[in-house]
Amino acid sequence: MRSKEKIIEGILLLCAGVSILTTIGILWVLISESSAFFLKVPLSEFLFDTQWTPLFAEKHFGILPLLSGTVLTSFIAIMVALPVGLTIAVYLNEYAPKGFRKFIKPILEVLAAIPTVVYGYFALMVVTPFLQQIFPQMAGFNALSPGIVMGIMIIPMISSLSEDALFAVPKSLREASYGIGATRFQTSFKVLVPAASSGIIVSVILAISRAVGETMIVAIAAGQQPRLTFNPLVPVETITTYIVQVSLGDVVQGSLEYQTIFAAGIALFILTFILNNISFYVKKKFEEKYE
Amino acid sequence: MTKSNHMNIKTILFALSVIFLSACGGNTGDQSGDQLQGTIKIDGSSTVYPITEAVAEEYRSVEPKVKISVALSGTGGGFKKFGRSEIDINDASRAIKSQEVEFATSNNVHFVELTVAFDGMAVVVNPQNDWCNDMTVAELKLLWSPEAQGNIMKWNQIRPEWPDQEVHLFGPGVESGTYDYFTEAIVGKSHSSRGDFTASEDDNVLVQGVASDKNALGFFGFAYYEENSNKLKVIGIDDGDDTNGSGPIKPSIETVKNKSYSPLGRPLFLYVNSDAGKRPEVQSFIQFYLDNMNELSEEVGFIPLSAAETSNAKSVWAAFVASLSAPE
Repeated sequence: MRSKEKIIEGILLLCAGVSILTTIGILWVLISESSAFFLKVPLSEFLFDTQWTPLFAEKHFGILPLLSGTVLTSFIAIMVALPVGLTIAVYLNEYAPKGFRKFIKPILEVLAAIPTVVYGYFALMVVTPFLQQIFPQMAGFNALSPGIVMGIMIIPMISSLSEDALFAVPKSLREASYGIGATRFQTSFKVLVPAASSGIIVSVILAISRAVGETMIVAIAAGQQPRLTFNPLVPVETITTYIVQVSLGDVVQGSLEYQTIFAAGIALFILTFILNNISFYVKKKFEEKYE
Repeated sequence: MTKSNHMNIKTILFALSVIFLSACGGNTGDQSGDQLQGTIKIDGSSTVYPITEAVAEEYRSVEPKVKISVALSGTGGGFKKFGRSEIDINDASRAIKSQEVEFATSNNVHFVELTVAFDGMAVVVNPQNDWCNDMTVAELKLLWSPEAQGNIMKWNQIRPEWPDQEVHLFGPGVESGTYDYFTEAIVGKSHSSRGDFTASEDDNVLVQGVASDKNALGFFGFAYYEENSNKLKVIGIDDGDDTNGSGPIKPSIETVKNKSYSPLGRPLFLYVNSDAGKRPEVQSFIQFYLDNMNELSEEVGFIPLSAAETSNAKSVWAAFVASLSAPE
């Protein structure tokens, strides 16, 4: 009996270990390959040069154009997903009849289950031509269209997590609000949303980190031209798109061009690592608040 | 009872005959009367790939036992493998470079070059673009040279009468033979261009990019333009040399072939490793290639060789094969 327990314990530990070892392995590859890169390219050039052309004859290694592409598309996505997602969360929590809520929530989650390659072509073939009727100057590849579609994709993330946060707000707060004569709208947006704000912030940060790491949509619809701009109507390139572009191409393994994808990868890793830690920190504070 | 015995004898006879025949095949494999077998490895240019793949497919119905793999690593990538004897045949959208010849020779690899078709490169803009109908080579160089990066960003910087709007550039990936050829022909130095354009190995991305953007300009193979000619507008190129036709000239089968669409028309090649050339299945495949390439290259959008050019390619191949079998 004892030994059986021990074996099961061991298996459980092994399962946990696999994911930790994978993370360590990925980190090791990223650091070892990118350290070879940073031996050849100074960190200051990587951080402050405004051009990214490692594949061309005249090489520049400034991550800023890729970073601006990533930030721009993610920002547009959040601008779409936050208002829509939060409104859905408030509606489901305060307004919707219980039966309707049970019916609509799984449907919303379906948005997150659509393969991103489908979203990518939806952005390229449907959203972009539609937006071009509004902005005739808009290029076929641009940040706006994949940004909006990415925003649609992460709506369920924000709505679902925010709804949980709203639901966790103590009943006493809601009842007190109604007690002093507040309307449903006032209660929702003046009492519940501020009370649940840390949970909502967590959902937004997780959604941002999802958008930052999103690859397929931007690779298909945002273009492959690294440029330092915040104009949403012209082609840009994100960090993830660059990694895809180089991996699909014909770059010699071990060359400086090959190492650039690990340098870009570690920049992406640090970005999402910081975001996830912020969300972890906010979540901890949030849990303390109501205990 | 008698029936099952009969069956058994039949089975044994069949098995014996299979063993006998396969042993026979081993002994007489070199005889031309038998079915050929073996593996032919082909790699190289993505531009030549459609012709080679089409020929290989037809060839399979003639000699089903010969396995042919056709990959597309790009002309340069293909020549690296070719120089290391990893492949038998390289598809090339440009002539072999002197360093690549040296690399091959240093590995004791010898070869023959066969011209199989002609290809034009098309410079295209969006159909809604009503200002740009032609460009000179000098203007293209101004737009695409490395110095243009970050400086030549608007149409009116190329020609003052063109609009004050951004130009969005599209071109093939830097490892492709098409990129090498364009930079060599336009900028004057292979592999040298500005870096702030959408560079994709996938020609459909380029077609899509130019077709959906009024301010776009791109270049890629003439075959891709023809397939998508309803979505794109091709512009004429003026090389400033009146001896091969004056003024801007648009790409067409005729202008590429008579070399008036200069400098963006080019021949396509096969390079055959001489060790591979000694093998009967390779000899048979190349002969089949030369017999069928014109019809198939026209089908996939290239410009076929003339009768004289075809017979010239055939005699080059015949001479090469003869030289291989000659005692050293």
